[in-house]
Amino acid sequence: MSYLIAFSIIIIGFLWQVSLDGVQRKVTAKVHRRVGPPWYQAFMDIFKTLSKSSISHGFIYDFGVMMALGGTIATLMFLPFGNIVAFEGLDNFFVIVYLLAVGSLGMAMSASGSGNAWAGIGIMRALTQMLAYEVPFMIVVFGMIHAYGTSSLSELAHVQQMNGILGWHIFTMPLGAIVAFISLLGMLTKVPFDTPIAPAEIASGPMVEYGGKHFGMLILQHEFATLVEVGLFVNLFLGGGNLLEYLIKYFLVYTLVTLIYSVSARFRVENVVTYFYRVPIILSLVQTAIVIFTGLGVNV
Amino acid sequence: MSNKDQIKEINVFEEDLNDTITFWEKIRNIFRGKSLWMLHYCTGCGAVELPPTMTARFDMERLGMGPMATPRQADVLLVTGYLSVKTLRRVIYTYEQMMFPKYLVGFGSCTINGGIYYDSYAVINRLDYYLPVDLYVAGCMPRPEAIMNTFKTLENMITKGEANGWKKYVENYEWYRENQIRSLGEVYVKDEFHE
Repeated sequence: MSYLIAFSIIIIGFLWQVSLDGVQRKVTAKVHRRVGPPWYQAFMDIFKTLSKSSISHGFIYDFGVMMALGGTIATLMFLPFGNIVAFEGLDNFFVIVYLLAVGSLGMAMSASGSGNAWAGIGIMRALTQMLAYEVPFMIVVFGMIHAYGTSSLSELAHVQQMNGILGWHIFTMPLGAIVAFISLLGMLTKVPFDTPIAPAEIASGPMVEYGGKHFGMLILQHEFATLVEVGLFVNLFLGGGNLLEYLIKYFLVYTLVTLIYSVSARFRVENVVTYFYRVPIILSLVQTAIVIFTGLGVNV
Repeated sequence: MSNKDQIKEINVFEEDLNDTITFWEKIRNIFRGKSLWMLHYCTGCGAVELPPTMTARFDMERLGMGPMATPRQADVLLVTGYLSVKTLRRVIYTYEQMMFPKYLVGFGSCTINGGIYYDSYAVINRLDYYLPVDLYVAGCMPRPEAIMNTFKTLENMITKGEANGWKKYVENYEWYRENQIRSLGEVYVKDEFHE
């Protein structure tokens, strides 16, 4: 039964995220005062790439793509999707963070297997950026886990719902929410932090050698990774909720990300690291100190 | 390296090479027509017409088109203007790196008959001796309206299964390669930065 639920989460998540991706392209177009593509454009792109031919650069190249897609889908299975939890008791923050790395590392392995120099530079930038955004995010979430004594995501979402809307962590831990939102921008590699995929300088970075089916699978991987990352933010700071509330919150967070990315310029990679290690890390340390020493912001 | 080896490393759908169109191929063609990614590699003066086509006024993204930075991901190669022999070499490398199915659009009179460079020793006259062109845009240079119209036509051609330039290239590779070698000397150079 739980496998059936996990499978339906994957299907619903795929349909939701990919159509939302098309809607976000429409939103970006409205910001630019254009008409923009139809909302189903993202589906068209994915099915088109899957219908093209592709070449292989060796076993590691093929295997890494499958590892990235499989690892990310496996991560999604453990994430609470609204109040639907596929594997009860296993929706642990550590499980998700650990498994999410499998996806990125699979992609890194595969891209460096392609032997292109741009791919190598892109991977280096992606891992550097990961080092930058993970630290402040982890500090905030570990403070939260310390305060409640549990790392179960559905548990953390549940404690926020007890005091109504004002009990959400975005209101009780505002500094932490800001930090997590900035980290979310870094995780999604959206424009202020899209140094790994810099089409203007390193020709799409890790993706440079991917075409056809391999590229389609990586687009899918990116969509599922987006589901997990935005889902983490919604569960940790916006209080989860039932399926409908969850999807609405997801939509709002993702639209905010899109609005920010459609009007901003890009950081260089060293700016990304210095930025994350300067502002968000200080905010996260302040937030964690408040939570640990005063207990302010913790719902009891 | 023989000619056969270069083509063999790319994996073509066997049924795509047929002229008869099956049901699944029709569906595939719809997806291929609705989502065209162009290679952001511009040669000659026609490149000037592309920024207005891409940005807010003419908005290429309405047709599902967008620029891609690398030939592996691209579907359409735009040859925007005259091609000197040196540029032709790069264009051929780029075209051969793209994944099947791929389409090629020639801009302006230079790709049709050499344009104002028809008697230059350094510029090629007809593009379709060297690469299979699916569609030409007339004009010197074409306005963004003409370019958008061309993309719409290309989309319809792909949906109907008429944009067969890449099939021609696979089937008549010997002929294209002879022409390429006659103009360029040698086409396939692995380390192109130290040739």
